[in-house]
Amino acid sequence: MIVNEQLAIDHGLKKEEYKKICDLLKRVPNITELGIFSAMWNEHCSYKSSRFHLKNLPTKGKSVIQGPGENAGVIDIGDDDAIVFKIESHNHPSFIEPYQGAATGVGGIMRDVFTMGARPIANLNSIHFGSSHHKKTKNFLRGVVHGIGGYGNCMGVPTIAGQTSFDESYNGNILVNAMTLGLVKKDKIFYSKATGLGKPVIYVGSKTGRDGIHGASMASASFDDKIEEKKPTVQVGDPFTEKLLLEACLELMAGDSIIAIQDMGAAGLTSSSIEMASKGNLGIEINLNMVPCREANMTPYEIMLSESQERMLIVLENGKEELAKKIFDKWNLDFAVIGKTTKSKKIELYFDEEKVADIPVNTLVENSPMYDRKWKKAKLPKKIKIKKEQFKTLKVISVLNKILSNSNVCSKEWIWQQYDHTVMGDTIQKPGGDAGVVRVHGTDKAVAASVDSSAVYCWAHPLSGGKQIVCESWRNLISVGAKPIAITNCLNFGSPENEENMGEFVECVQGLGEASSYLNFPVVSGNVSFYNQTKDIGIKPTPVIGGIGLIKNYRNMVTMDLKEVDNVLLVIGKTEGHLDQSLFARDILSEKNGPPPEINLFNEKNNGETILKLINKKFIKAAHDVSLGGIITALSKMCIKGKKGATLKRSNYLINQLEYLFGEDQGRYIIEINKVDLKSVTSILLENSVHFDELGTVNENDLIIDDKSKVSIDDLIKSHTTWLTNYMSK
Amino acid sequence: MNSSVITFPGSNCDRDMDVALKKFGFKNKMVWHDDLELPKSDLVVLPGGFSYGDYLRCGSMASKSKIMKSVLNFAKGGGKIMGICNGFQILVEAGLLPGVLLRNKYLEFICKNVFVKVNNKDNSYFKNIKKDTLELHIAHNEGSYFCSEEQIKEINDNNQIALFYSNEAGIVNEKNNPNGSIKNIAGIFNKEKNVLGMMPHPERMIHPALSGEDGSVFFENLINNLR
Repeated sequence: MIVNEQLAIDHGLKKEEYKKICDLLKRVPNITELGIFSAMWNEHCSYKSSRFHLKNLPTKGKSVIQGPGENAGVIDIGDDDAIVFKIESHNHPSFIEPYQGAATGVGGIMRDVFTMGARPIANLNSIHFGSSHHKKTKNFLRGVVHGIGGYGNCMGVPTIAGQTSFDESYNGNILVNAMTLGLVKKDKIFYSKATGLGKPVIYVGSKTGRDGIHGASMASASFDDKIEEKKPTVQVGDPFTEKLLLEACLELMAGDSIIAIQDMGAAGLTSSSIEMASKGNLGIEINLNMVPCREANMTPYEIMLSESQERMLIVLENGKEELAKKIFDKWNLDFAVIGKTTKSKKIELYFDEEKVADIPVNTLVENSPMYDRKWKKAKLPKKIKIKKEQFKTLKVISVLNKILSNSNVCSKEWIWQQYDHTVMGDTIQKPGGDAGVVRVHGTDKAVAASVDSSAVYCWAHPLSGGKQIVCESWRNLISVGAKPIAITNCLNFGSPENEENMGEFVECVQGLGEASSYLNFPVVSGNVSFYNQTKDIGIKPTPVIGGIGLIKNYRNMVTMDLKEVDNVLLVIGKTEGHLDQSLFARDILSEKNGPPPEINLFNEKNNGETILKLINKKFIKAAHDVSLGGIITALSKMCIKGKKGATLKRSNYLINQLEYLFGEDQGRYIIEINKVDLKSVTSILLENSVHFDELGTVNENDLIIDDKSKVSIDDLIKSHTTWLTNYMSK
Repeated sequence: MNSSVITFPGSNCDRDMDVALKKFGFKNKMVWHDDLELPKSDLVVLPGGFSYGDYLRCGSMASKSKIMKSVLNFAKGGGKIMGICNGFQILVEAGLLPGVLLRNKYLEFICKNVFVKVNNKDNSYFKNIKKDTLELHIAHNEGSYFCSEEQIKEINDNNQIALFYSNEAGIVNEKNNPNGSIKNIAGIFNKEKNVLGMMPHPERMIHPALSGEDGSVFFENLINNLR
């Protein structure tokens, strides 16, 4: 095949990028080489539009063992234990083939984690779908949920938390972000940096097939009318093989045979071999005839670009081949010595005794394109003027019922009941709470994790939205009694070539960075997914944050369910009644404009830290952060979970009742405390200059808002739990 | 008391079972599916998971593993064998228990707490158990127990039904049937009552911080019975 500019363009490369390749190589690449360049230089693998901005994120901290740049981030949780974690997108494949796309997303992220020597101990996911009225939404939801469950359940890793949102901006591009946490001993972490010359390069796992060829390139482009034709670029998952691969790798890792290890994820053998060589500043030579293939007559081009799942590349110590092979034989997995490390600093590929590729590693990595793309700054929208007459026609209880059954607030039990969330016997907080919590096996420690996004806020004002989402993650961890440690992010955006979309990205990242820096909540891993766009319509900017926190003694964990009648309820943080961009404004008033709530980082930090103090002094019986739907929605969920009621005090605020109840001011929590502790608690709050209000008390059966507004908990449960089940069974 | 837990390729509740058995006093050994001999055991457990990826039919390939010959002999000699979830499916496929396990009624994986009513206490597994209903956890895609009418009559006549899905009060009805099992069957014995298969996972309910503690009730009673 003749390689020319047109062929390069067909591979998703730009004209000038093709010219750069020819200049770097000082010749025209052959077809295999062109394929390798296109795989390494696409947006998904090279981060060419995002690198320039990502480098400003705070990535360091006293608990950080490994920040971005490895397969996953690693944090210290004391006693020589470390948590390896990362979130990753699988948006494009999931839109084309929901089941396999979602399943292989889960498989891929688990591989990233166990590649580093950690046994996965928890999975989470954040999934976004189009409007519930869109004709495809139901099928997407069902397929994605089955896919996530199909893979995670088979692996025997509990899915402990998640987030599901519906918004019409995802009609043409759904989002599937999967996150995994793994546990490892600090001195047994494995990295992808190859060292030493003449070391054997080993291929293990499944055979290489023709599936997923150019998957990473597909994920680096917008969708058009021919999307169905892209089905062959979606990988097919086999969780059974991955379970065997996990056990075999961990068995080999218990010894000292491995120098470097890298999973074959996006761009398969290409990116894994190049990454190992690049990090070690050496070369790798591979004989492609040695690669175990599923199909006959696969070409070097296909072998290098296949994204078949459940494969790993390992650089072994010399002389350990037999020992390693024995382990992989035991687990019935393919094992092949396919090459060696060299001093050439090149990727050299041989096939049928002919050299089929010869590329200096630095041309693929350091010299890959990086763009400082044009972007547009977003203005803070003007505050909307809500006509208060509108309020007079609204009845609080019917508004509340409507909000509790809103697709973005309602119970997601239909989803998480399909995920095994208790396998491994350490899940102490199941899905449905503020964060999922698992014990560190055999210890008193527990790790809390949550995933969050607030695309509506980010869309209204990216800078505030970026900050808000980090704060929400922080609050979710605080609410279960965990000290927030670090985050991973999955940045889902439209096309970076569009100035507005790029602006959304830049400012969300800026906001995210400001908040995580202020809260000392560093970003240790992440992933960028651009081109979530069909024709000219992009998604709302959707940064997803996965937060991790530590609970030193799991007995101090807090849940949101109300515990005891007559206990006192406090709202921590100031209520101003901010309705712009609130669920109330959008869903009840059909008002989509206005600025998102303001973020005050000082208050966020101070409020959160003070709550942790109260939790550690065992004053807090239940806690929940106030987010979507305001105070009354948060309180209703606490009532529903605890099957108890609450009686509200009349508020002292000079704002309208609906603003008070449904406003989405940030930095707030509801806590439940025992009456006798009220004095001690309030004095701690005052000492720490934390604003609080008395919200009311816990009662038996009803939510009583005022003389005219009362509803039974059973009715609230009905509103909250039936929508999704009914929707999916229709 | 010595116990053995068999690990098949794809088993994923083997460690949890090991932890549970040890917690309640068993000396447990892990046994590899490719081994020929079982170690000396007072109890053999086939754990949950997705042996061989549930490919072909759940449990069918595992039922042909090398170790299964030894398991069959152990059963013939009256040895106690317990299969949980996928282990139950393997026992059925191996012919040690009657019937089959079909896909759940609503074709979806179910992970939640359920109550089961203990139907037969005249055996080593449930003799003297203090509770009549247990709150246990299920996590399966193929847990809908089914068998022919003749078989169900035989199972009934021999008092082989171990557990029914029920509510907390022990009421057995369609409302309390999570997966469409015939007669709400959650667990059954062989004729001799030395082999037990059940879908719920007692090993996930052994600590107050977890989903509950009725698993502890089950295991404490079990080891006392076997002593």
